[in-house]
Amino acid sequence: MPESSASSDGTLEANWRRTVDRSTKWPVIAFIASGTFWLLVGSVLAIIASLKFNMPDWLVQQGWLTFGRVRPAHLNTVIYGWISMTGVGVATWLWARLLKTRLRGQGLLLTSVGLWNVGMVIGTIGILAGYSRAIEWVEMPLLAFAFIVPAMAMVTAAFLLTLRERRVHHLFISVWYTGAAMLWGPFLVIAILLPIYSGVPESTANWWYAHNILGLWITPIALAAAYYLIPKVIGRPVYSYHLSYLGFWTLALFYNWAGAHHLVGGPVPQWTTTVSIVFSMMMIIPVVVVAVNHHLTVVGHFKKVIYSPTLRFVVFGAMSYTAVSLQGSFQSLRAWQEITHFTQYTIAHSHLGVYAFATMILFGATYYIMPRVMEWEWESPRLVSIHFWTTGLGIGIYITALFIGGVIQGLQLLDPDVAFLQIVEDLKPWFWVRSVGGTLMTIGHFVFAYLLYRIIMRQGAPQTGPTYFRPAPEDMFRSRNTESAPALDEQPGL
Amino acid sequence: MTRAFLIFMGAFAAILMSFTALALVPSLQLAAIEPTPGTTNYTFEERLGKQVYMREGCIYCHTQQVRPNGFGSDMDRGWGPRGSLPGDYVYDDTHQLGTMRTGPDLHDIASRQPSRDWQLAHLYQPRSVSPGSVMPAYPYLFEVKNEAEVRASEVTVPISGDYAPPEGQVVVATDEALALYEYLMTLEMQEVDDS
Repeated sequence: MPESSASSDGTLEANWRRTVDRSTKWPVIAFIASGTFWLLVGSVLAIIASLKFNMPDWLVQQGWLTFGRVRPAHLNTVIYGWISMTGVGVATWLWARLLKTRLRGQGLLLTSVGLWNVGMVIGTIGILAGYSRAIEWVEMPLLAFAFIVPAMAMVTAAFLLTLRERRVHHLFISVWYTGAAMLWGPFLVIAILLPIYSGVPESTANWWYAHNILGLWITPIALAAAYYLIPKVIGRPVYSYHLSYLGFWTLALFYNWAGAHHLVGGPVPQWTTTVSIVFSMMMIIPVVVVAVNHHLTVVGHFKKVIYSPTLRFVVFGAMSYTAVSLQGSFQSLRAWQEITHFTQYTIAHSHLGVYAFATMILFGATYYIMPRVMEWEWESPRLVSIHFWTTGLGIGIYITALFIGGVIQGLQLLDPDVAFLQIVEDLKPWFWVRSVGGTLMTIGHFVFAYLLYRIIMRQGAPQTGPTYFRPAPEDMFRSRNTESAPALDEQPGL
Repeated sequence: MTRAFLIFMGAFAAILMSFTALALVPSLQLAAIEPTPGTTNYTFEERLGKQVYMREGCIYCHTQQVRPNGFGSDMDRGWGPRGSLPGDYVYDDTHQLGTMRTGPDLHDIASRQPSRDWQLAHLYQPRSVSPGSVMPAYPYLFEVKNEAEVRASEVTVPISGDYAPPEGQVVVATDEALALYEYLMTLEMQEVDDS
């Protein structure tokens, strides 16, 4: 389809988009709102866990608030609650939009939200009550997964139903990433729950899984959103389609081998870690490809991040993706692992990935999607701005503290003359800085949740145009105002 | 239909390969592995203790894997006589290798600190024996009761200094605390012939 220059085409296109957006409304609201609820729960748990390093005798009288339960409860609520549910909400909207058809399987998706939330309640309470499975990233008791696995399968089923009714010939790259994630995600969870692992082989399966939940479930959804939203907001097509295909296939082939680098130097068969180091290094290819593609798409339009909340969050996330992935490749090397493995550095790295990359992109996507499904604008650009700065600065402080603290910790661990308690002592200031960063992020999350509540309730003064941080110059976001951007999803491809 | 089918089947094939290699093959490769000398199956109480270890999330601060010579300084720190081997874990239905060392490695803790008094005091209040530690205290694994009410079968924990219970009262270990101690005492490495 050529650029919609004729006004009648533009209107037609806008009407059609509205129909598709409306068909996604309730599943998208339900998933994003549920995810945000779990973000708040996860943030509170995170603050408690963080402060316990500073005050180890705080809240120790009851088992359910001990560090070793609060911490996995935090991880599971943010991974399976916040990122997964909000990610599905964002993916649902992208899926219908890019396939240019009404969403099918709304009933399946709404049932899925219900089951998923029940599973999360059981899982979170289960861990706190002492039923953790004590397998990292899979701590929730099996009963919780008995709800979450069918919920994930229902999402996949609804996506397949919608795919069958697609009205596009060409599949935009975001469809590739999203569709693949919908196969990878449920497969991963089912595979790790199989009762076939024990001892050392369980550890390789464990880290194959945990790394892939990030790489093949969270990452592709976040990249799909970035691939759609960056060009959409700035109003020009993705720089290179061929690069985007190369990026997809290299990610699909390389990422899923990388997980066992978490076991470098451990008692696992040497070849597993060697293979993982090799594939971790090969991940440089998809990462650089995506980075180049996004950079060349944005180049010349960078100042738009001053105005557009969506673009600012998504660009922040996309840049973090490059940073975290390149860091991940190099830190898989034995010489690097020798220092940073087993230290707080790893915690910083995982937050750079799950938060600075994926979470920030989901924030940006939510700012784009909600006004379209609600047909209502965000109440306050000022609060959006507060959300951006608290989370952006918060995560910056967080990871800086733990990178520095972690490297110091790692170097001291290598020196047997440094007493262990001295290492703990030297970490304490960095733990405090981390708590400050985490508090800032949590404040941002509550601001975000408030804004989300207000837009879902259609409250606040109605605004005419899209929400910008400050009044945007005429023509800057022409495409967004008129909904007549180049039809990205109809670009010639392979 | 065909293009979408190819894309998604290709993506699925990719994950099947790594699943086979990293999740299934190690199980086959190590299926017939023998326990290392000194590694025995858990008793009922030790197993209960391991449940407590898992429930309280000890794994989030303690590893159970000693790095071999030439990689890190674990052995120089006295954390074990050798690097950990797959045979050390054959009785672990759930592995607790861990990825974080906010606290020290525990794979050979039984050799390093076998004292029950020390271990129980450390669990009750880590800072009573390790000043400056950031480990949580686990008072709920203990009871503080009047000295007169302590039965002969119960294990009291000597706590002195700032964290001592009030005059006339003593700290008594629960069955869970004792089981956890027994589990920790299974974490002991023996040297093996270089194989």
